[in-house]
Amino acid sequence: MRPRRKANRFAPPQIKPLGDSALVVRFGEFEEDKSLDEVSGAMRKIEHAGIPGIVDLAPGYATLGIFFDPTKIIDTGVEPQFVNAWLEEKIAESLTRRLPRDKRKVRSIEIPACFDHIFAVDLAEVATHSGMPADEVVDLYCATEFRVVCLGFTAGFPYLAGLPEKLATPRRANPRKEIAAGSIAIGGKQTGIYPSISPGGWNIIGRAALRLFDPANDPPAFLQAGDCVRFSPITREQFERSTS
Amino acid sequence: MNVTIFRAGFSSTIQDLGRFGSRQSGVSVGGALDPHALRVANLLVGNDDFAAGIEITFGGLQMGFSDERLVAWCGGEFEVDIPAGHAARMRAGDHLTFGKSKVGCRSWLAIAGGVDVPPVLGSRSTDLRAKFGGLDGRALRDGDELALGPRPAFGAATQKVSSWSAPHDWSNTARAVPILRVIRGTDWDLFSNAETFWREEFAVTPDSNRMGARLEGAELKRKEDVDLVSEAVAPGTIQVPPNGQPIVLLGDCQTIGGYPKIAHVITIDLPIAAQLRAGDRVRFREIELIDAHRLLAERERDFACFRTGLSLRA
Repeated sequence: MRPRRKANRFAPPQIKPLGDSALVVRFGEFEEDKSLDEVSGAMRKIEHAGIPGIVDLAPGYATLGIFFDPTKIIDTGVEPQFVNAWLEEKIAESLTRRLPRDKRKVRSIEIPACFDHIFAVDLAEVATHSGMPADEVVDLYCATEFRVVCLGFTAGFPYLAGLPEKLATPRRANPRKEIAAGSIAIGGKQTGIYPSISPGGWNIIGRAALRLFDPANDPPAFLQAGDCVRFSPITREQFERSTS
Repeated sequence: MNVTIFRAGFSSTIQDLGRFGSRQSGVSVGGALDPHALRVANLLVGNDDFAAGIEITFGGLQMGFSDERLVAWCGGEFEVDIPAGHAARMRAGDHLTFGKSKVGCRSWLAIAGGVDVPPVLGSRSTDLRAKFGGLDGRALRDGDELALGPRPAFGAATQKVSSWSAPHDWSNTARAVPILRVIRGTDWDLFSNAETFWREEFAVTPDSNRMGARLEGAELKRKEDVDLVSEAVAPGTIQVPPNGQPIVLLGDCQTIGGYPKIAHVITIDLPIAAQLRAGDRVRFREIELIDAHRLLAERERDFACFRTGLSLRA
C-alpha cells in the first residue's frame, strides 16, 4: 500500500523524487503538533546543512519539498546517474543531526475580522450546512484557536488547522472567478484566508482587516507555519476605520 | 536608457530565471516558463544569466530603442524581423516587432543590459497572480517605458544580425507534434487506467495559462477516492483533479497542491511544455530519472562550450 497512509509513527522519513529537480520528504500521517515539529525541524536542519544545489524549500502538511538544480550537484563531481542517491543520502544524514533547540516561541496572533453579511457571502450556506444559526457559526469560529500548518495556493495564503468538525462545508460546485483580498473561507475541513484577489471555491464567511502578504516585508507573509491564530470579531464600522 | 513599448501585445511580462527561496511563504517560482531560452538569449547579447528579459505570449509586441543595444530572442515560431537565436544590433530610433506566433505561443527577448526593474524577493520576475515584481506586478501596457541596465562589455555582432547563432534546438523550441518525456509520479499507482496516459493523445484547452497547460482527453480514473493532503508540486508536475483531466503545471503554479501527481515532465522538456497552446495535441513518453539527469548534464556542458565559443568572438 501507499507509504503516505500507513507510515509508522517512528519510521524514518521517506524521500521520493518529485520530477527531476525536486524531492519530497514524507513524515507519515498528518498530526497537527507532531507534523509541525517534524516539518519545521527538517527545514532548519536542511537550511543548516548547506547542501550544494538546493535552491528552495516548500513545507506541506506532513512533508517537506526540496527543490534543487541537478547541474549544480553534477558540478561538484557527482555522476549524473547518482544525483538523487547522493542528495537523498545528504538529506537523510542532515535529518539525523541534532540542532540546538529552536528558541523561538510559538507566536499567538489575533486577527480582527468582520463577519458582516456584506463580506460573509456564504455564511448562510455554512450555517445551513452545520444546522446552526449564523451568529453561532461566527461565535464558534472566533472561539477556535487555529494553527498555521503551511502557506501555499497563493502567496501568503495560510492553511489553518483546527476547524471544528461542525463547520466543515463542502467547496462550492462553481468556484468564484474573483474572491476579495482578506476573505476568510471554509473549504471542506480546511479553512484559510485569501491574501489577494483570486479565484476560489471555498465558502466565504468574513473578511480579515489585515494585510497578509507584502512583498516588501521579510518574510513577505504575515503568518508563518506554526503560528497560533484567533479571530476577533469587529463591526463593519470598525473594519472600515481600520482599513481606510 | 530606455525602450518604449508602443504595443504590448496579448501578454508580455518582465521575467528572469525565477524567484527562489520564498516558496515557504507560498510564493511561486515564476520566471521565464522556459528559463533555458532566456538564458541562451541573455548569453547571445552578453548579459549574465540572471538579467531580466521579456516573455512574449502570442506576439503583438512592438518596441522602440533610444540607444544602441544588442537583442536576441528564442522560443516559438514568431514573425520577427530578426531570426531566433541570433544577436542583432538595434540603433537609437530602431523598432522591433513581434508578429503573431505561428507554432507555439511564447518567446523570450533579451536586451543587452537587461530590463532594469527593482528586484523583489530576489527576482525581477512579474508575479501576475500576487501582483508584484516586474513592472508594478502587471503585464506590459502600450506606452510603458522600460529602463535598461548598463550595456555589458561585449559586442560580438558587428553586422545588423550576427552570422553565428545558438543551436537550433535551443532557439526554436515549439514542436508541431509535441511529445513530452516524463518520469512517473509517486501517485501513479492510484490510477486504475494509468496505461492510458502513454497511449492517448491529449488536447490543450483554452483555459491554459502561465500556471499550467490544461489538457482534455481520456479520463484518468482513480482506483478509490483518497483524500491527499497538500504537498509540494513543481513546474512540470502533471496533476489530475477529480474530473480526470490532467494539468501540466508551469512556472506560475502554486507551491503546494493536493491533487494526485501522475507524472512529471523532465526539465529538459519544459521548453516544449511552455509552448503548448489551445488545440495542440500532446503525447507523453516515459523516461528514467537518471536519463533525465544525463540529458541535463549534456545540455549544461554544451551550454558551457557555447559560452566559451562566444567569448572568443567578442
